[in-house]
Amino acid sequence: MDNPNFKPARLLVVDDNKVNRLALSRSLQLQGHFVETAADGKEGLEKFSAGNFDLMLLDIEMPRMNGFEVLEACINDVNLKQIPIIMTSAMEELDAVVKCVELGAEDYLTKPVNPILLRARVNASLEKKRLRDEQRRLFKMFTSEEVAEELSRVGFSLGGQTVVASVLVADIRSFTTLAESQDPSEIISLLNRYFSMMFESITQNGGIVNQILGDGLLAMFGAPIFFEDHREKAVQAALQMLRQLDVFNAQQQAENKTPLQIGIGIASGKMVAGYTGTQERAIYTCIGDTVNLASRIEEYTKEIRRPLLFDENTRRGLPDKFSVEDLGRVIFKGKSQAINIFAAK
Amino acid sequence: MSVLNMNVFNALKESVGADFIGELIDAFLDDAASQLDSLQAALRNNEAASFVRAAHGLKSNAATFGAEDLFALARQFEAAGREKNLEVGDQLERLIAAFESVREKISQLKTSNG
Repeated sequence: MDNPNFKPARLLVVDDNKVNRLALSRSLQLQGHFVETAADGKEGLEKFSAGNFDLMLLDIEMPRMNGFEVLEACINDVNLKQIPIIMTSAMEELDAVVKCVELGAEDYLTKPVNPILLRARVNASLEKKRLRDEQRRLFKMFTSEEVAEELSRVGFSLGGQTVVASVLVADIRSFTTLAESQDPSEIISLLNRYFSMMFESITQNGGIVNQILGDGLLAMFGAPIFFEDHREKAVQAALQMLRQLDVFNAQQQAENKTPLQIGIGIASGKMVAGYTGTQERAIYTCIGDTVNLASRIEEYTKEIRRPLLFDENTRRGLPDKFSVEDLGRVIFKGKSQAINIFAAK
Repeated sequence: MSVLNMNVFNALKESVGADFIGELIDAFLDDAASQLDSLQAALRNNEAASFVRAAHGLKSNAATFGAEDLFALARQFEAAGREKNLEVGDQLERLIAAFESVREKISQLKTSNG
């Protein structure tokens, strides 16, 4: 506990040998941790599943369920697989240990356990867990749970790939005028409430918010993890955003505050998506004609005073339950071809 | 090789605390007594699995306390058991004698520890 960063953790010691159990748990308690024990694999797994532990020390040779079986059950359990497991084994069992590490054990210790190694390995595993938890927590702020899971599973690398997806761009109308007429802290609080509402609608429909710029946001559906109905989900998210905004505006008006008006543009098709930035700081983003088009369509919503517009490709992905209106063809600045634009309610 | 490697024993004592080592010694001696019983019963009934289990536990505890002679014999027992070879001959007497030496030594340490 001479380490100023030391934080006590909840540990589970699973070993069928009483002397090992006592020695390990006592030693860990003296290091400042809270320790529970189990005397065989089955009891260990039951306690581990129920117990909200930060780490498990797991023996290999045990009755009822051996260490392999417990490890495998934990790795295949979404709620347990994030919790580090350190295998404890006899010297002669090193082959078994290799198998465990390949299966997903965080580390191993040979018995009799050296107390200095015990402290080092346990604290290193706990620290890695804390970092992973923190990364996941931060990542979840900007993306859906599925994407966070996918990333923590496959890791991330800079660089793009061509994907087929839907892009949603949303913007608050006349926000600059609004911002100038109000107190800055009020504006920030207004924006925070607005964004949390919009994020919710987007992530609930499988999208991820890639960028926030001032009062605008850009979200993707169908990337980095592809799903077939990305066009439908994007439009559904947009409609949900508009419904949420209606409720929000009713509250604003009740408090004598200015209601917000927004415009949403959606386009679907091929784009290049990937992580850009540096190894230390990167964002998942997308570029290409489809992204530009979504942005043009969003600008066009102001011109014709419609809250939600999308392109023909998006329209083709919508099932019959959506009431869609064909608004004809429009030529956008910088585009050579006229684009067929649609609205939905 | 020695009855009790004091470096290992002292490291263990430091790791679990001087106030706890007595309790750990009791657990070791209790377990060892029943492990020796199990070994003998397994030999009589020719049960390799329970023979291996008892030898494995005894070996593990001997290692924890630094009881090197006992550890070496228990390890031989475990390896032989895994080969389904329960012909241990006079090795059982040696194992029991090794345990008795450890018990004597470790009991002294426990008393001197207070």
